Order: sequence, then structure tokens, then C-alpha cells
Amino acid sequence: MASVGRVTPQTMHFDEPLPLRSGASLPSYSLVYETYGRLNAERSNAVLVCHALNASHHVAGVDERGATGWWDNLVGPGKPLDTERFFVIGVNNPGSCFGSTGPTHLNPATGKAWGADFPVVTVEDWVDAQVRLVERLGIPKLAAVLGGSLGGMQALSWAMRHPERLEHCIAVATAPNLSAQNIAFNEVARRAIVTDPDFHGGHFYEHGVVPKRGLRVARMIGHITYLSDDAMEAKFGRELRAAELGYSTQEIEFQIESYLRHQGDKFSAYFDANTYLLITRALDYFDPAREHGGKLAAAFAPARDKRFLVVSFTTDWRFSPARSREIVKALVDNRIAVSYAEIAAPHGHDAFLLEDPRYHQAMRAYFETVAARVGAVKTEAAHV
Amino acid sequence: MSERRDLQIIGDLVPHGSRVLDLGCGNGELLAWLQRHKGCTGYGIEIDDANVLACVQRGVNVVQLNLEEGLALFDDQSFDVVLQIETLQHLRNAERMLHETVRVGRIGIVSFPNFAHWPNRVRVVGGRMPVTRALPYEWYDTPNIRVGTYADFEVLARKNGLQISDAFGLQDGRVVRTLPNLLASVAVFKFERS
Repeated sequence: MASVGRVTPQTMHFDEPLPLRSGASLPSYSLVYETYGRLNAERSNAVLVCHALNASHHVAGVDERGATGWWDNLVGPGKPLDTERFFVIGVNNPGSCFGSTGPTHLNPATGKAWGADFPVVTVEDWVDAQVRLVERLGIPKLAAVLGGSLGGMQALSWAMRHPERLEHCIAVATAPNLSAQNIAFNEVARRAIVTDPDFHGGHFYEHGVVPKRGLRVARMIGHITYLSDDAMEAKFGRELRAAELGYSTQEIEFQIESYLRHQGDKFSAYFDANTYLLITRALDYFDPAREHGGKLAAAFAPARDKRFLVVSFTTDWRFSPARSREIVKALVDNRIAVSYAEIAAPHGHDAFLLEDPRYHQAMRAYFETVAARVGAVKTEAAHV
Repeated sequence: MSERRDLQIIGDLVPHGSRVLDLGCGNGELLAWLQRHKGCTGYGIEIDDANVLACVQRGVNVVQLNLEEGLALFDDQSFDVVLQIETLQHLRNAERMLHETVRVGRIGIVSFPNFAHWPNRVRVVGGRMPVTRALPYEWYDTPNIRVGTYADFEVLARKNGLQISDAFGLQDGRVVRTLPNLLASVAVFKFERS
């Protein structure tokens, strides 16, 4: 299927400080974003895509470095989120390391990189930052906000915090908060980074080093949790790298070890350690029911007249279907329009990024109903 | 329940503006009809991927769930009407689902193939399991794991303290109120918790 083609990220600067949930504020900041398709005359066909842990504004198409967007199989001309009907926005969140203001940028107060002093950001803070971007783009109301995993939390938060600014919320492979097990995985990852001698309390930039060992281990443990047991078994099993056992405790014996080390190496070469700490913390903190005495339904009350699609994957043990059903229950308790698809995909949490036909058919069908409701009609491809 | 007339007859049992839970809603046809013609709102429950997709395409709210796991998602008395149209016969826990129906909803409406319809009786007397339009499967491949009769349901309803407010048979798109246990291929019951 066609791609949105070559895309160029844009930057929007905001001078007004962004108040944060922690009580601190981000003095001024920039957001990097990409758009695909065309905003219609009624400005009713915009869809915001929120990114997950290690992703960015680069959702679809091919950027200047030749990299394909992380949700390119879903977003494009003729794809389930059809850029011939919708104007799609991908935005990078503050605290990230992909262009929007983050720990690698200069702290105006010190003239040095923010590093570990970058304020703690939450899902709600990201959503508030995104609201400003959408406002500046001249969009009074989004046709939909869409996200998977941590991105799904942002989509839910949009509906709860700014219901007047969207019509539909599409939350894929997500949860109303992290379980203790999930927080535990995040903590192991953070400890791996923080205890790396090259971390220097988060000010490693000044030392000209990167806590790569910590990042590698963080990514390895994360990666294990994104795959299902079955998917790992199918892909690697007990396959050995060499023909014979090497009887070594240090060298790679099994292919799965090789794969994880490779993923860790790749990740440590491009991801910022402080960003990893910030983003995993944002995941930990997300808990909209908390300020409603633990009642998730109360948190969704403001979204009464919105429409939701919730999708989960049966083999996703990091954000299991049971967690999605909690979201569905809270919506049903509010008599909110919701459809819920539980896709029997074998890939674990990663399934939300893959092209399972049942999943994509459901997304396509839902976006067609969104298009009909908001009057998003097919136009000629804005990109070829 | 592919016949449109049957669908309308059952739809007419649902009060205008009801909040409806349709257990085993199939492709969402009945819910869509109730939304359009009777101003109803609500959700369908479906397990089958293709049916879930059809519901989403129709713009009907559908929740993909296995009914055998119960209705924990829904609070007590949170719906006006709970429908089980051609669903009960597929459920291992059919009796429990009736309890759940009156827990979650004020009114329950159930339809299922009536095994005592006379052509079925003739088949059984002849020594074979019936294969008819309402029961189109062979005994070895039928998804209908609970075959019962119009009269059987009356007994089950009484046992479970359900108050039957309306009951009739359906045959060829028509309501059958005379000897429904003999003359109708489909049994329909509307009930409340007494």
C-alpha cells in the first residue's frame, strides 16, 4: 500500500510556560511534529497520534534519514487511518530525545544541558502540551486522538481532561494504570541506568560519556516484556548461535541472548538515559482514578458524550486484555459509546505496532465511522 | 435470526428509548434496528471477530467478550432490557446466564430454537435428530449445545423465579400463540425478576 512519502518534521515554539503536575513548570519549550494529509475547510478531520515509550513524532512516511515511521503500516493513503480523508498529526512529547525540548537541551536557568534536572513530566503534562499545539494549528476539535500503550494513556487522558477538544478516543494495548509488576520492570530498567558508572547522577553529557551499559540492560528487560512467551519461542526457541555448546558463562550461547544484546546495543546508541527515566516514570504515575478515590468511572465522567474504541491483544501480558476491560467497564458505567476488540494475536504487546488483519480491519472500520461522523471525505492524496 | 420480520417482532417487545444489552448480538442488525426505530442505546456482546467487525462497520457499540465468562463488566440493573436472541442454546452456563440477565437488566428477552416443533418431533419419532431451517445442523457439528423446548423454558423460568410477561412462538415470520410448543420453530420469552 502507498506511503505518505517523504516527510519533514516541523517545530513549534511556545514561550508561555507549561505548568506541570509536579508543581514545577517548563519555562519555554518546542514541540517537534509531523503532519500527513490535508486539513479540510471545516477543520474537522484532524487526528492526533500519541507516541509510546521509545517512539517519536515520526509516525508515517520516510524522514530525511530514510527512517520509516513507527506506525507507517496503519497511517497513509488508503491505510486504516487514511491520510486521503484525515489530517494526521504526530507529535513528540517534552522530555523526549527526538527533538522536542528534553534533557539534552539547554536549561535556560543554567546555560547547561538539563540532564537529570529536567522536570518530571506526566501523561497529563504531555496532553496539555499537545493541546497547545493543536490549538496553534487552528484545530478547534480533533476528530480523534489515537495511541497505543503509553500513547493510549495519552488518548484516554485527552478524553478525560479535554473532552470538548475531541470527538473520538482510540486506545490500543493500554491500561488505566500500571500494575505493581509493570512498575517493577520499570524500576529494574531505571536502576540499571542510574547505577551505571557513566550515569554521573544524570549529568553525563558534561563528562562526554553515555551510560550505555544501563541503557542496554533497560532495553533488554523492556524488550522481553513486549513479546509473548510464544512469540519468543517461535522466533528463537533454544536455538544456539554456534553448532556446539561453548560452556561459557559470559559468551552468547543462545540466539535469544544475541537478539537481546543487539536490541540493547541499538537502543543505547540513540536513546537518552534521562529520557528513559522520565518516560518510565510518566508511565508509573499515570493513574487517573487516583484523584477520584480509585474510581476509574468517575475519572471518565467528563467524557460522557465521547466515543471510544478500545483494543487489546490476547497475548499481551504487559498491558493485558483484563486491563483494557477495566477501561471498558468504566466507560460502560458512564453509558459512554464504546466498542472493544480483543484481538487474538500471538505477538504480545508489540502486536499493536504490527499488521494483524483483524486488528487493522477493526481500526479501518472504526475510522470509517469517524470519517462519516466528522465529514472527512476522500480527497486526492496530498503526498504521492 | 436472519429473517427481518422475526427481528422486527422481537424488536417490538423492546420499549422505546430503552438501554439495551444484546448478548450474542451477531452482526449488530437488531441493535442497529433498535437504535434507528426505537431510539434505544446500549451495547452488543460478541465473541466472533467477523461479527465484531460487522458491528463496528454498522456503528453499533460492541464489546468482544466470551459470555461463558459471565457479565462482571456490567453492574446490577444497569440496563432496561437484556436480549439473548438465538444465544442461549450456545451457552454451557445457560441457567447462570438467565440469572445474570435479570441481575443486569430489568427485562429479559430470550429466543431460541424450539426443539418440540412438530417436524422435529416427527424426525425424532423416525429415529433421527432433526435437521431443519431453525436447527440446520447435524447432531455431530451443531453449535447448539443446549437443545430445549418452549415448554422446557417455562419450567426453567418458574424454577428460577422469573416472571414471564409475554411468550409466543415464531414461525415463518409470524407470531404463534396457539400451541406454540407444537407449531413454532422458535420460542420467544419476555420476563422479569419476580
